[in-house]
Amino acid sequence: MLKVAVVRKRPEFTLEASFAAPTPGITAVFGRSGSGKTTLVNMISGLLAPDAGEVRLDDEVLTDSRAGIAVPAERRRIGYVFQDARLFPHLTVAGNLRYGEKRARAAPQVIGFDEVVSLLGLAQLLERRPRQLSGGERQRVSLGRALLSQPRLLLLDEPLASIDAARREEVLPYLETLRDRFAIPMVYVSHQFDEVLRLATHLVLLDGGRMLAEGPVSELSLRPELQSIVGPDLVGAVLEGVVTRVDPEHGSADLTVGRGTVQVSVRGAPVGSRVRLQILARDVILAAQPVQGLSVRNAIASTVTAISNDDYGQVLVRLDVGGETVLARITHHAQKALNLRAGDAVWTLVKAVSTRGHAFRITPAGV
Amino acid sequence: MPSSAELDALRLSLEVALRSVAFSLPFAVLIAWLLTRARFPGRMLFDAFVHLPLVLPPVAVGYVLLILFGVRGPIGGWLRAHFGIELAFTTAGAALATAVMTFPLLVRAIRLSLENVDRGLEEAARTLGASALDRFVSITLPLMLPGILAGAVTAFSAGLGEFGAVITFASNVPGVTRTLPLALYTAMQSPTGDALALRLALLSFALGLAGLLAAELLVRRVRRLLGP
Repeated sequence: MLKVAVVRKRPEFTLEASFAAPTPGITAVFGRSGSGKTTLVNMISGLLAPDAGEVRLDDEVLTDSRAGIAVPAERRRIGYVFQDARLFPHLTVAGNLRYGEKRARAAPQVIGFDEVVSLLGLAQLLERRPRQLSGGERQRVSLGRALLSQPRLLLLDEPLASIDAARREEVLPYLETLRDRFAIPMVYVSHQFDEVLRLATHLVLLDGGRMLAEGPVSELSLRPELQSIVGPDLVGAVLEGVVTRVDPEHGSADLTVGRGTVQVSVRGAPVGSRVRLQILARDVILAAQPVQGLSVRNAIASTVTAISNDDYGQVLVRLDVGGETVLARITHHAQKALNLRAGDAVWTLVKAVSTRGHAFRITPAGV
Repeated sequence: MPSSAELDALRLSLEVALRSVAFSLPFAVLIAWLLTRARFPGRMLFDAFVHLPLVLPPVAVGYVLLILFGVRGPIGGWLRAHFGIELAFTTAGAALATAVMTFPLLVRAIRLSLENVDRGLEEAARTLGASALDRFVSITLPLMLPGILAGAVTAFSAGLGEFGAVITFASNVPGVTRTLPLALYTAMQSPTGDALALRLALLSFALGLAGLLAAELLVRRVRRLLGP
């Protein structure tokens, strides 16, 4: 468990946050630019001291302002992947990788040099200088350098922010491999909800230096605090399910979610694997009666549990779909026409392709 | 053919300049670091004090050195009593006077390169387990290298021609403290020294030019090696 409770007050900016993140696991610190995400991870790393508060990793106290404890950053064994990579320009890639490794000889060796090189695909780059690398390559080297310092916790501060969108796939799959292969807990800072959805199990929500909420990703996906940050188009319940049938020819799969089954477009997830998907509220259609002759692949009997006005002049309907909660956004007119109220039975319609790009294979927590 | 007087002067100038740079380099790095990174009261005054030799008459600097480091001076007397070191009127003394005069040049160049070192890289080293001294040696110092080299070569070139402080503190002893500019001055005073003076002047000119070019080339070379 990573426990953080910190306050840092400056005339121009105040940050206050307290949360407990499960270890191992990936905790996403999510918020807009300038919400204090980097300040928060800097205080976890020890590069920045809080005015008051504490940081604990498992049983060890790293910062405790009341007891006067502040373990220096260089002795915390917390790896840090910076947004701008920060590779040492006077060393080769190999020299950069060895830098942390050499200084972690006394620590329990979890990951070896050759393993990191093959895992991150760095074999061809070892003799190069940082300036000869692409943005994606730089971040992979930075990741490898941090891993070789044998960290107990890995901090990643928007590692993909300085890479253009098309090249993010050069790094993201490696992060997934790390999550799945090693039990190193990570704190992942991001302002891209897609990345959070794909990687994280736990979510800490920051806005303007204040912590709005924390909890499991699926739980927070239903909270209005998150909805106000991601914007209207990305509001939607995050669900987890198990693949029960795969149709490789059409790239679709059946998932058991709660007590029901949904058909989604997902590739590379074999039968039995766990998958996370987000059903965007704007893609959900509600029907008062069973409908026929539609192209929609998922039509599920469900119950309206709550109705609220959202921040964007529309109506957000909370539904119980086979024991899971799903959000749907409809217009005021639609609500009137259907005469929807809490407790009503409706049919929830979701296109299989609506979850495209939002269905990701995940591994059970704790692996 | 160059006469032995010229060769003596050249050899002495090289020796004095080299010793002065070797002696002052570690201090210059330390003081550049203090002026850039440390926060202490009186920093501005200290900064001005370090740069004084740039604006003082060299003769005044030589005179102060003579008071402090002369055989009966507070520091000179102590050095002689405890270590048997004599500075006034010796080659070592000429090197000391040269070191004091070229010190601001050295500090300036090193400070500039230290200011350009990305603190983020030191932070990265910190998260990788490097202590303060370790970070300085493994990250900061190598990244400062272009500035240190440029400063050293510039100070060396300037040191070859230091006149006022050397002649005041170390006097004009042939083969001991008579460096190129002192030999040139002596030749100009002599009614038969015209040809020698011209040769010494040309030699100084060539040395200075070579030094400045060497500094520039060295910096470019190291920069290319280090990358942006």
